[in-house]
Amino acid sequence: MGLICVSPTLAAVPNFEPENKEKQMLTKKATVYRNMAAGIGLASMMALVAACGGSGSAPAEKPATANEAAKTEAATPLPGMITADQIVPPLEEGKIDQAMVSKGKEIYEVKCLSCHSLGTNRVVGPGWEGIMKQRTPEWIMNMILHTDAMLETDPEAQAMLEECLVRMPNQNLTNEEARDVLEFMRTL
Amino acid sequence: MTTVLPLLLAAGITMPLVQGCKPTNTKTAVTGDAASKVFVPPGQYDEFYNFVSGGFSGQMSVYGLPSGRMFRNIPVFAVDPESGYGYSEETKPMLMTTHGFMPWDDSHHVESSMTDGVPDGRWMFINGNNTPRIALIDLTTFRTKTIIEIPNSAGNHSSPFITPNSEYVVAGTRFSIPMGTDAQRDVPINTYKENFKGTVSFIHPDPATGKMNIAFQITAPGIDFDLSHAGKGPSDGWFFFSTYNTEQAYKLLEVNASQNDKDFIMAVNWKKAEQYAKEGKGKMVPGRHYMNHYDEGTHTATSEVIEQVMQLDHKELKDLLYFMPCPKSPHGCDVDPTGQYIVGSGKLAALIPVFSFDKMIKAIENKDYEGEFDGIPVLKYESVLHGEVKKPGLGPLHTEFDNNGNAYSSMFVSSEIVKWNVQSLEVLDRVPTYYSIGHLCVPGGDSRQPWGKYVIAYNKITKDRYLPTGPELCQSAQLFSIDGPKMELLADYPSIGEPHYAQAVPASLIKDKSVKFFKIEENNHPYVTKSEKDARVVREGNKVHVYMTCIRSHFAPDNIEGIKMGDEVYFHVTNLEQDWDVPHGFAVKGAATAELLIMPGETQTLKWVPTSVGVKPFYCTDFCSALHQEMQGYARVSPANSNVPLSANTKAADAGL
Repeated sequence: MGLICVSPTLAAVPNFEPENKEKQMLTKKATVYRNMAAGIGLASMMALVAACGGSGSAPAEKPATANEAAKTEAATPLPGMITADQIVPPLEEGKIDQAMVSKGKEIYEVKCLSCHSLGTNRVVGPGWEGIMKQRTPEWIMNMILHTDAMLETDPEAQAMLEECLVRMPNQNLTNEEARDVLEFMRTL
Repeated sequence: MTTVLPLLLAAGITMPLVQGCKPTNTKTAVTGDAASKVFVPPGQYDEFYNFVSGGFSGQMSVYGLPSGRMFRNIPVFAVDPESGYGYSEETKPMLMTTHGFMPWDDSHHVESSMTDGVPDGRWMFINGNNTPRIALIDLTTFRTKTIIEIPNSAGNHSSPFITPNSEYVVAGTRFSIPMGTDAQRDVPINTYKENFKGTVSFIHPDPATGKMNIAFQITAPGIDFDLSHAGKGPSDGWFFFSTYNTEQAYKLLEVNASQNDKDFIMAVNWKKAEQYAKEGKGKMVPGRHYMNHYDEGTHTATSEVIEQVMQLDHKELKDLLYFMPCPKSPHGCDVDPTGQYIVGSGKLAALIPVFSFDKMIKAIENKDYEGEFDGIPVLKYESVLHGEVKKPGLGPLHTEFDNNGNAYSSMFVSSEIVKWNVQSLEVLDRVPTYYSIGHLCVPGGDSRQPWGKYVIAYNKITKDRYLPTGPELCQSAQLFSIDGPKMELLADYPSIGEPHYAQAVPASLIKDKSVKFFKIEENNHPYVTKSEKDARVVREGNKVHVYMTCIRSHFAPDNIEGIKMGDEVYFHVTNLEQDWDVPHGFAVKGAATAELLIMPGETQTLKWVPTSVGVKPFYCTDFCSALHQEMQGYARVSPANSNVPLSANTKAADAGL
């Protein structure tokens, strides 16, 4: 239902390219109004509250949609987006790199903590506990590194925006830093 | 305007108005395709940046050309409530002077940093006239990085012109004044001839840091110094200053300083002066001044006070200064791209003299003097003259150049731009301006390689050019194309303050170097809060330090209690965003400063001294997200004797746990 409301407004957005000048407008003022319009268009704010804040039902529903998102990505990867096999170093099943985890935690505290808790509760964005069960690693990497492109094109990212109403800021992490944060998330 | 406006009347009486002061009908001045030449479609970029002095606003504004759209008004010598410049604790030191905190100045001339005589897009310089200062603006941040005060100067007008490799920026005093000890400075004004003197200062900008220091000052006779430009190419190593009031009048200068047929262009051998300075031939003299520098690492400005300057005495060091006679109170002093020709624009003259550098050197070698003035050789006019532009118009003020050997001179009295050939001195074209042009600017027009294409007129009078706005009107710039045989008026655009000189440089020199945000990891501010988990409140005596973070869209902390009447509260606000164009603002009720506008990754501090008990709101002033209106908080102020403990809620991430 939320998507139905948002899609028409997003359709008016020109194709996103990382160096597109439009980006600057989109990241701030213009988008804000679009988001507000989207928010007003939603039938019920009550439903949103449940979706954003509720820690009980969301995880149960999320895996399915995350998989859908992954499928969509695999079908038409956007230029510049990271695919599963491009994650360096690759995730090793059952093995955690503690050095990366501690770097990832440091980055989290400076650039992410303001909005993301380590529990399941939403502060501004969703809490990170169990996030690896809900999102694919490449989706997370892309959300960190290509935030604006994801918010313009990815249905799952758009669904999150619809819930949270604040665009996730691009915190300009390097690939390596994003990978460290991902490793940290694997411990949560 | 002040120096030239009375001439309008004087010239009207004494000279036949060949061209006529009244411009032709405006509507006939614009041709059919002018609109297409200045139209920059939405979302596309202009070809040139245009840095324009803000005149008596004390600031510098940035425009795009050819559109004439204004992008930025950079605070320099005046406080700016919009950005908090001069109000935040970090920027207050930028405006410190020996006269105390100086929230205003009158800025006149903009000059580019140069490499090999060509603007390099690194820095812009601008002068403060009233409290003599020079500012350096960093073009990666479009912010004022350094301001240096000029001692032994009064009315820093012939400034901040620059040598071809940015070795020195000059500052010549407009007013001569008595200098030295208190007793030497406290003299009757009518002892002008004995006691008043001038100086020209050579200021070195450090290529690594952008800090500035006064390398040396050269003493000069007690006359007025007006404008200047450096030699280049063959004349590199020399600097040229226009002078007036060689009558040495000290009252009613309008009449008394207009008596002599000729004043002087002063040629300064700065390479020689530099050598003398290195050889220790200068004297350290009293010259207390401030050097204020903003550090991008600590996001904080600091002031240094320097007590003395090195002076080189022109009466002892005989081969530093030479005078070239120049008709009738010259104003502009401009050197052509080849470095061979020096144009002196006698503002009361009916011709424009052009001096030859080679001839000047030969005349110096041959001691071809017509006399001395205060011990300085006066070269023979005929010996140094390349030629005169005859009947160029009335009231020549300034000259800029294109890349084809042509000069463009502004004519204040006859209100026009006159194009002439530097070699042949032949007038090629003239075009009216609306109204009464002062300075003018061609992209790279005072450099070794002008980009040409446009000339911009900065007019002194606006009158009927725009919709009226009461007695006070906007200032007016006009853009002309110069790439055809005829100059063509393309557009008017309003400007700020009274614009004087300006620079225009290709956007490509600057745009890709623009800083988009400050890296939070590199923030070395002493009161930075790099993570929301570190947000806190600390009391030190009656000072309360709030270590605050902000990100879309909340402050941490956003509830503060335990502040008491009599406290000074310092909000040290760090913007944790790491993306372009996401500043946050901060304002608290009753703060007698301005807002803070904090760029991503930056820390800025607002000092607040509560004036009443109660719960005071604070909020983000710059629309940041859909929940911007929720970006707010409260500070509780209790009576001085209250026992409310100091507390603050922090760690938003834990809020819902």
